[in-house]
This record gives sequence, structure tokens and C-alpha cells, in this order.
Amino acid sequence: MKKVWVIIQREYITRVRNKTFLVSTFLLPVVMIAIIIGAAYIGKESSRSYKFAIHDPSGQYASRIKNEQKLFFSKTEDCTEMNFKEKGYDGLLRFYTSNKVKADSVRLFTSEQTGLSVDENIILQIAKIEEAHVMESNGINKSLLDSIQQESNISAKKIYQSYIIKGSSIKEDNKALAYGIGFACGIIIYLTLFIYGASVMRGVMEEKMNRIAEVMVSSVKPFQLMMGKIIGIAAVGLTQLLLWVLLLTALSSASAYFLTPDTFTEGNAAMQNLPQQNVGAANSMNVLEIQNILMAANWGTIIGLFIFYFIGGYLFYAALFAAIGSVVNEDPQEAQSLMMPITMPIIFGFLIMTASIENPTGDLAFWGSVIPFTSPMVMMARIPSGIPENVPYWQLLLSMFLLIAGFIATTWLSGKIYRTGILMYGKKASWKEMSKWVFRKK
Amino acid sequence: MSSSLEVRQLKKNFSSQKAVDDISFALAPGSVFGLLGPNGAGKTTLIRMITGIFYPDEGEILLNGKKFNPEKDTINIGYMPEERGLYKKMKIGEHALYLAQLKGLSKKEAFEKVKYWFEKFEMQTWWHKKVEDLSKGMSQKLQFVITVLHEPSLIILDEPFSGLDPVNANLIKEEIYQLAKRGSTIIFSTHRMEQVEEICDHIILVNEGKKILDGTVGEVKQQFKEHLFSVKTAHAMEHILSPAFELIAQNSQMLKIKIREGVSNNEVLQYFIQNNIQILEFHEILPSLNEIFIRLVEQGKASRQFQKDIA
Repeated sequence: MKKVWVIIQREYITRVRNKTFLVSTFLLPVVMIAIIIGAAYIGKESSRSYKFAIHDPSGQYASRIKNEQKLFFSKTEDCTEMNFKEKGYDGLLRFYTSNKVKADSVRLFTSEQTGLSVDENIILQIAKIEEAHVMESNGINKSLLDSIQQESNISAKKIYQSYIIKGSSIKEDNKALAYGIGFACGIIIYLTLFIYGASVMRGVMEEKMNRIAEVMVSSVKPFQLMMGKIIGIAAVGLTQLLLWVLLLTALSSASAYFLTPDTFTEGNAAMQNLPQQNVGAANSMNVLEIQNILMAANWGTIIGLFIFYFIGGYLFYAALFAAIGSVVNEDPQEAQSLMMPITMPIIFGFLIMTASIENPTGDLAFWGSVIPFTSPMVMMARIPSGIPENVPYWQLLLSMFLLIAGFIATTWLSGKIYRTGILMYGKKASWKEMSKWVFRKK
Repeated sequence: MSSSLEVRQLKKNFSSQKAVDDISFALAPGSVFGLLGPNGAGKTTLIRMITGIFYPDEGEILLNGKKFNPEKDTINIGYMPEERGLYKKMKIGEHALYLAQLKGLSKKEAFEKVKYWFEKFEMQTWWHKKVEDLSKGMSQKLQFVITVLHEPSLIILDEPFSGLDPVNANLIKEEIYQLAKRGSTIIFSTHRMEQVEEICDHIILVNEGKKILDGTVGEVKQQFKEHLFSVKTAHAMEHILSPAFELIAQNSQMLKIKIREGVSNNEVLQYFIQNNIQILEFHEILPSLNEIFIRLVEQGKASRQFQKDIA
């Protein structure tokens, strides 16, 4: 045991001292935020703006078409298909009408292909104009109707609340929150399985290629070497996770310092008072509301179980990654093909997880959260939906038990492969040979 | 005197292949032992069993008279494998400390030992260098230090001189003698026969998993002598013919003769004396280990070929 401890220390210290660890730990949150902002910026900038001339002899559309962020319309009399370009327009929108109610056809002429959103926008505007037109001809006030609709929408949201009843207990059913936490936990576990699993594999490959494996196994048992590496990297992973949490808390409290809660409430109030706001805006949750909901979650249980599934899932897969690393020879291509059977269930687990968030009590969610290949991701997606309402205790315990049994099994199996693989040079091991190593007695 | 390492009827199979097939030998403390054999003969498998990396299928290993325990005995063994490497990114001092601790030394002991050996080999200035910055010879030296620094009673060196310049090779050779003098048993595995003749007291030759030769260097040479003698005469002679011996080769004054069976050396000398030929030199030509090695290995191949043909 003392030797395993020495190995853990080395694996941990060399990794944490490494520049890449520091860079990835401190830069990743920054880079992620930069990417999000950058993507939004690029998305905004990449769509170009258009200026269209409108030819509408009836006049019933031209006056009602509104300029959008990237679309500008102007009413003209003398613009034709032939000369709109010379007059400085990107296109000509021509309305053909034979009656007062509807246009017979509307045609857009441009010199270059436009984005799909241009067509969608124009169609939506025409539909709205026609809708308003029909309403008015039937004596309905459009703007009054809009505000009525919006108000009833908001008040309905205020008075509606869903509950889950199990026996005598009643609990609020916070779907949005469960969705968010479940998804975040699932994604973090999915990513860490890949990142730290691959890190274990690379570490083992390094030992094999540097030819230090034989020097090592003359002092320690191969199993101790493997476990030392796996535990050392787990400690690195937990350290990194902890630093990210601290960093994000620091970043968010820093942003809260600049944006006081008052700014949020003012902002929300301003938004709600806007008479003509988009339907989408009504869906955006009040920041204070989110804060209240976040308080409602059972954080102790969620964090505890997250750490369990994070470590359990890691241990389950890390041993398998170590086994793969031990049978690979110089060729990185080999690693790719040998990794396939391990990466497939992880990806599969991610897919089941996304489905389980929508339906946390379905059969798929149940099986996915019990089988250890996928349970770390799928169970973490289900847990925030409520214990024991949606995830009965027996399911949770079964899942935890199978995960523990599972990682003992994968570690045992991998230990057998690792022991032989790490001392084999030059020859690529086939799956058949590996299974022989597993079942060999000594 | 009890032996420091005794191997009894050791067997190890890999699927159908017999890697080590019933090998036994015993080594006296302080002896330098040569383990010889062509590639794939089973040397590495044998060594891996002695170092506890593999478990034997059958047989026993006794270390200092007690049954070998791979877990507890790592402190008593120093092994420098042929395929040896180090963590490239680690600092040399830390690396030596790490491996010393894995042998079972405490941190403090490890530090003292590493310091002692670094000073001895004039490596103190290397402490903060990275392993990847070392030349091949330097890392070989470091490997050697790491292998012996916990002063094990059994030291196993697989091709320890490959890649070393003569100066460093001598340094290590000298150290091997010193360690043997202090009572460590040294197993020395190599293909380089001239080194074996120089260093080893006792050798065994392994081929196809079997021990085909065992003894001291002198004994082995005696066993394989072909009664060849070299004779140097004062004048170039012609028409040398005797029933006592056969003339194999002649180069003016130098004669290479093979004495016929049952004939003593003196009978041969008598021939020269009777013919009044002045002898300047008369000595036996013993086969080199290299010749014996090649002969035995080739023989094995030939007999296998023969068996195949009649089968």
C-alpha cells in the first residue's frame, strides 16, 4: 500500500506541476466564455443586411412592412427588375394585388442569392399584415389583442404550478431546474470520462514506450502501478473540478459585483413593460425567479451523488483505458481502433442521457441508469428530477451497487490484460489473445 | 556454504510454447554469474521469474535459503532489464528517489543512498536536469545507480554495457567487482562472450528453454577442448608427420596440431625432441566461449532439423 501511495504522489505531482494542467485549468473557463461570446458575435455579424425596394401599387403592404435588424425596406414607384441595382437596392419586392384583402402573389427579385432567413422574415411579415387586416375588417383591435394575449400568458405562468404526489408527500416539480442540473451533471461526467480516461491511457502508453514498465514491475506489482496511476489521475481530476468551481464562483460573484440584483430587476421590469415584445421574451425567466428555484434544489444530495458517480464512472472506465494503453505499441492509430469499444458506450450513454432528461421515468432511462456502462451519465441526469419521486431508492441503490461491482470487475479484468500487455513489445495483441490473458490463472 | 540464489526445476509455458523448461542452478554469494543464450532462448523469462514479474508454472526459487517472496524480496533484488527506460520529463534526482522508494526504502534512506551514489559516480550536478536531456551513456549510468543503490543481495544486469564508452564501461565493471566482493551475487546476461570470459566466475547456457551448459568458465572450456595445441618451432619445418598427432595448419614456424586420443602431451613432445626440432612454444588452444556458444546453438538447430527430416 505504501508503494501505491508513492506512485499516486508522483502521478499527481507531475501532472499538477505540468504547464498544460495550469493552462487548461485557468484558461478553459475563460476560453469557453470567449467562445460563447465569439460565436454569438460571429452569428450576429455574419448575416449581412439587405436593402429592398418595395413596389406595391395597392399600398396596403408597403406602409405596414417594418424594418428589421438586417432588413430595410423602402417604398418606391419607379423601381423595376432592371434598374433596382443602379438605384442602390439589393432587391425588389413586388406585390401583385387584384383585391383589397389579399395579395395574389408577392415576388422578391435579387441579383444574388439571399439567406433563408430573408424569405422567412418576409413571409412572416406578410402573414401578420394579412392577419391584422382580417381582424380589423372584423372589428378587432390588433394591439389590444396582443397585450391581452401577453398578459394572460404571464398570469397563467404565475398561477400554474406542477406538483408530484407520492403517498402523503407533495413536492414541487421543478422541471426546468431538473433539466438544467441534470444536463450539466451529465455533460461534465461525459467530458471527464473522455479527458481523464484518455489521460490514463496516455500515461500507460508512455510507460510502455519509454521502456520503464519492466523497471517498475520489478519493484511493484503491475496492479499497484495501474491503481496508483488511476487514483493519481482521479485526484488530478477532482482538483481540476474544484478549481473550476472556485473559478466560476469567483467569476460570477465578480460579475454580480458589477451587475447588482437591482440591475436585473430593473431590466426585467423594463422588459415586461414593453408593449410590443416578442413572444420569446415572455418565456425568459426572471433572474430572481431562477435564484429562488436554485435554492429549492436539494444541493447536498445532488453534489454527494455527483461526486459518487463522477468517481465511480471514472474508475469504471479508467481501468479499461489503462488496459488499452498497455496493449498498444508505438502506433497511435492502433490506440484509436482499440479505443472504439470503450468510447462507443460512453457516447451511447450520452445519447441515453439526453433522452432521459425528457423522460426521467421511462424504460430507457431506467435501464440506462442501472447498467454501469451508462449509469454515471444517465443517473445523474435523472437524480435532479427528484428522489424518491422519480428515482425510487431501490433504483438508486441498485445503480450504485452495480457501478461499484462494475468497476471492481473492469479493474480486475484490466489488471489481467495490463500485466501481460505492458511487457509485450513489437506485437499487436488481438482481442482473442487479450481474452486469453484474462482467463489465464497466473 | 549455502547458496544465495537457488533455482529448482523451474518451468514456464506460454500457451503451447515452453519458454523455460526445467532449469535448475545454484549461485554462491559474491559470485558473478553469466546467463547466456541466443535470442528467444528463455533468458528474459527466467529472469522475470527470479525478479517476481512472472510466476513460475512449476519449480521453486530460493533466495538466501528462503522461499522467494516477490512482495517482500524486492528490496533484496536489483534488476536492470534490457528494455530499460525512464520517465523523460522527470528530474534525475527525483527519479532516483522515486524508484528507490518503490524498492521499499523510506524517503530519508532513499535520499541518503541516492546522494551517496551520485557522489560516487560524480553525478551530483545532474540532480535538477531532466532525464530527456541525458545522453545514452549518462542514462545508462543512472540506470545502473538506480539498480544497485539499495544494495541488494542479488543484482541482475541484462546487457549492462550496451551503449557505454570504454571509460564508463570500465567504471561499471569495476563497480560490479566491488559489489561482488561485498557479497552481492550478480547475474549477468549478455551476448557478448568476451565480457563473460572477463567477468564471470560461473556460467550457464540456455537454449530453447533448456539449460545446456553449466559450470565455471575454466570447466566449460576444459569440457569442450578439442586437444588442439599450438607449437612454435625455431625454424620453419617441412614434412611433419607423426602417429601421435595430426597437423591441422602450419604457418612457417607456427603449427596447429590435434593430439590423437589416448596420446599424452609428452609423447608429442618426444616426436619433436627425437627429430631434433627446437621448440619455442607449446601450449593448449582452449575454445573461446564464443565458439562453444555457437557450436552448441548450431548443434541444437542441426539435431532439430534431423528430427524433422526423419519424422
